[in-house]
Amino acid sequence: MVFGSIDPTLLLASLMVAATPILFAALGELVVERAGVLNLGVEGMMITGAICGFAVAVNTGSPLVGFVAAAAGGAVLALLFALLTQYALANQVASGLALTLFGLGLSALLGQGYVGIKPPRTPKLDIPLLSDIPFFGRVLFSHDLMVYLGLALVVAVWAMLKYTRAGLILRAVGENHEAAHALGYKVVRIRVLAILFGGACAGLGGAYISLIRVPQWTEGMTAGAGWIALALVVFASWKAGRVLLGAWLFGGVTVLQLNLQAAGLAIPVEYLSMSPYLITILVLVIMARDKSRAPASLGRSFHASQ
Amino acid sequence: MLKLEKRPQPSRFWTWLTPLLAVLITMVAGGALFAALGKDPVEAIATIFWQPLFGEFAFYYRPQLLIKGAPLVLIAIGLSLGFRAGIWNIGAEGQYIVGALTGAGVGLAFYPAESWAIFPLMVLAGGLGGWAWAMIPAVLKLRFGTNEILVSLMLVYVAEQLLAAMALGLMKNPEGHGFPGSRNLRQYESAHNAELIAGTGMHWGVVAALIAVILAYILLSRHILGYHIRLMGQAPRAARFAGVRPARLVLFCLGASGALAGLAGLFEVAGPAGQVSIDFNVGYGFTAIIVAFLGRLHPVGILLAGLLMALTYIGGEIAQSNLGLPAAAIQLFQGMLLFFLLAVDVLTNYRIRMIRREVA
Amino acid sequence: MRITQLLTTAALALGLATAAVAQDKTKVGFIYVGPIGDGGWTYEHDKGRLAVEEHFGDAVETVYQESVPEGADAERAITQMALQGADLIFTTSFGFMEPTLAVAAKFPNVKFEHATGYKTAPNVSTYSARFYEGRAVQGHIAGRMTKSNIIGYIASFPIPEVIRGINAAYIHAKKVNPDVEFKIIWAFTWFDPAKEADAATALIDQGADVILQHTDSTAPQAAAEKAGNVITFGQASDMSEYAPLPRVSSIIDNWAPYYIARTQAVIDGTWESTETWDGIGPGMVGIGEISDAVPADVKEEALALKNAIAQGAYHPFTGPLKKQDGSDWLATGEVADDGTLLGMNFYVEGITGQIPN
Repeated sequence: MVFGSIDPTLLLASLMVAATPILFAALGELVVERAGVLNLGVEGMMITGAICGFAVAVNTGSPLVGFVAAAAGGAVLALLFALLTQYALANQVASGLALTLFGLGLSALLGQGYVGIKPPRTPKLDIPLLSDIPFFGRVLFSHDLMVYLGLALVVAVWAMLKYTRAGLILRAVGENHEAAHALGYKVVRIRVLAILFGGACAGLGGAYISLIRVPQWTEGMTAGAGWIALALVVFASWKAGRVLLGAWLFGGVTVLQLNLQAAGLAIPVEYLSMSPYLITILVLVIMARDKSRAPASLGRSFHASQ
Repeated sequence: MLKLEKRPQPSRFWTWLTPLLAVLITMVAGGALFAALGKDPVEAIATIFWQPLFGEFAFYYRPQLLIKGAPLVLIAIGLSLGFRAGIWNIGAEGQYIVGALTGAGVGLAFYPAESWAIFPLMVLAGGLGGWAWAMIPAVLKLRFGTNEILVSLMLVYVAEQLLAAMALGLMKNPEGHGFPGSRNLRQYESAHNAELIAGTGMHWGVVAALIAVILAYILLSRHILGYHIRLMGQAPRAARFAGVRPARLVLFCLGASGALAGLAGLFEVAGPAGQVSIDFNVGYGFTAIIVAFLGRLHPVGILLAGLLMALTYIGGEIAQSNLGLPAAAIQLFQGMLLFFLLAVDVLTNYRIRMIRREVA
Repeated sequence: MRITQLLTTAALALGLATAAVAQDKTKVGFIYVGPIGDGGWTYEHDKGRLAVEEHFGDAVETVYQESVPEGADAERAITQMALQGADLIFTTSFGFMEPTLAVAAKFPNVKFEHATGYKTAPNVSTYSARFYEGRAVQGHIAGRMTKSNIIGYIASFPIPEVIRGINAAYIHAKKVNPDVEFKIIWAFTWFDPAKEADAATALIDQGADVILQHTDSTAPQAAAEKAGNVITFGQASDMSEYAPLPRVSSIIDNWAPYYIARTQAVIDGTWESTETWDGIGPGMVGIGEISDAVPADVKEEALALKNAIAQGAYHPFTGPLKKQDGSDWLATGEVADDGTLLGMNFYVEGITGQIPN
């Protein structure tokens, strides 16, 4: 009754949109962390992707090229992190934080000429027939390409980690890098590739905000989404499927609280906004009893010393 | 081909030289950046590094270095203890916020009573608040085996929401015309963390930071607990044989770093900041992590690193206002400095060797 | 050692402001809370700064510092400007109030102007704009244009200024459309494009076909454009890139005339501490061009309302008005006093929901 004016179909549809940026970034970070690397620079890579994608999309007129540029931009920034942590063996926590600082500054400089410009529209892909199905059509089959790409990426990452040799090696490197090294795997090379993948994904997530969700460029526009993505990976206990669930939960809490307010419900906004993080801690506690833990080598530097 | 070879001992020579090297590289790269933005690079670099220390108004900026540096050093000292033992508290920002809230809460509860006892009570409450917030990841780690990096990070977000709730609700100034934010503690004599000597920037937070540096130095070099901390970080298995109890170390390291972060928050809210407001935290807790590593986890190093960070902040502000450099350029410059400082550290622990391609 | 410190302190307290006097060029400083590229609040203040530069040419030099955090860092930034010889400093966010006063006490010869605050000193003025006058015009257009009779309002923080805006818009929407209903979302941010877009979408999903916003990004405009058949109003800046639809008009912060006048006063030596609260009349609040998407008769009425307010013939808060709980507030013909407006913490009758606290 109180919820009378909230249309669940539309609520879920906008939840899909709100979840997409953090979904991309979190999937990337998941692969990075599975390889045993903790990159806290997600926010910096996201915002760099947001401006790279925006600038290129505006200049070429093609959002698609923009997204490619965003992935490239995120990956280039991630390369800095890879050089620092994998070759110069710098501490990952400190390097990640420095990366965020660097990315925020860089994006603001690059974006100086792009304030107040409208990017080219990204068309919605209404999948014929499917989008006409009541309820599910609107919720699932009436979005832009990137939403589908995000969902496809969930499946791809899941399958890659679970079924492929590459996934096995990646996990081995993350669990025990000495053993993986002893088995002849190139620990550093694998980690660098994972970090680049993480950067590209974060870049895509950032560009989704600047090109589709908002769409515009303003300094600092990711407004903490990168940090949420980090929380999300933990919440998901390093499992791709649960990242999707988590993205819906984290994105959903914001969308839901805004909708409840619009419906005239007095809710304590701050306490509701805390809830995903408290739930994440709870998940960590439950998970600790379960078998699924953080990758054992997470955050540790590797140097092959003979 | 270049190859890294681990040194048996960290090199003393490079320990001292690398920070200088990094600053020099940053000056060159930063100068190029400023030149690309159409500013005189020499002037810009001089403004950032020279003006706050020896410029015309250095008498004002030097005390500001202490004010800006003190919370960084105080927090980083606490963090470094844990980092040395392999216990990763990255939620100092949250502990800083909670310490400020509990400390300010005690002060505001006494308003408008005046007594010498109020400020000490606030200090106690601030330290306890930060300590309690850090005990959450500690206890969860010991009881359930959760990862303290992640729990402490999650608690930062929770603390930020708590801060907003307090600034808009419970702690809102009843005479503030409905605007968010608490009463100004600087106008409440008993609660004010004032300068001890006017014009020097010396407030209790600076004193606390210096005491923390000295205590940490003694702890690490002279005390058995410090030995255990170092042993735990370098050789966890050996530590166990040597009778180190990891659980106690976790409680001590997280507790100490939380309490120090809480104290930093209290000194800030009762002094330079003055009030609980939505944007009270400006990232000291995260910057302190960087400071801890820049200082190579050594108390004296942290002291210097904290002052260096403070210098780039203050010099950066001067460059913005005097030369019209955008804030983003300063941020980028700081990011570069950190990158180079982190990158050159490899020379301390490793030797770079040219090797010919080996014949397999 | 001790003595030199005491001396420098004394110099700071007394002598330094004289450094400013020695210059012949008048130096005007601006402290911004956001980046000048935010496209809203800070962007408009910086436009005011550029207008000062253009108006005075070589006679005036301006300096600014952007993205200054509120609190201890603000105090340093303001002090630094005063030290560098600024004669007049504008601090453009509510959170700079205490730092501004603290610095002003140390530099009695430097003039300070604090935006949106309520504390003054002999060398500290306050200035703010009567945005609610613009809200009244918006409310009128919104009430006439809505077909679903649901108007969405994205509010930032529950402070008097925002509540005033909601009330002014509601009163004038209700006046022309008794069936109108306001749905209000508190975003608890001034600036978070993603969240603002989500808020606009939530309101549109729940049937709103007019979106009013008191947050600074253009994200709600884009969300409305995407949804179609929704109208919006620009906030802080004109946001004309979204005209003629969805943006049908806007409230523009126009600080330039004030900044020029105050700078002139400093040059002339006639500056005095004042509390300025200007609206449409003196030009501090601008109404952006009403686009062709608005029917001619509605546009005419809106302009008439604007003119009546500008000339002082009409006050947006004129009785009879009741508070939300049904108690009397203003009798017929009675006009709200500024004190009540400045501390407004209640909704007028008819608005549903509660102000969060």
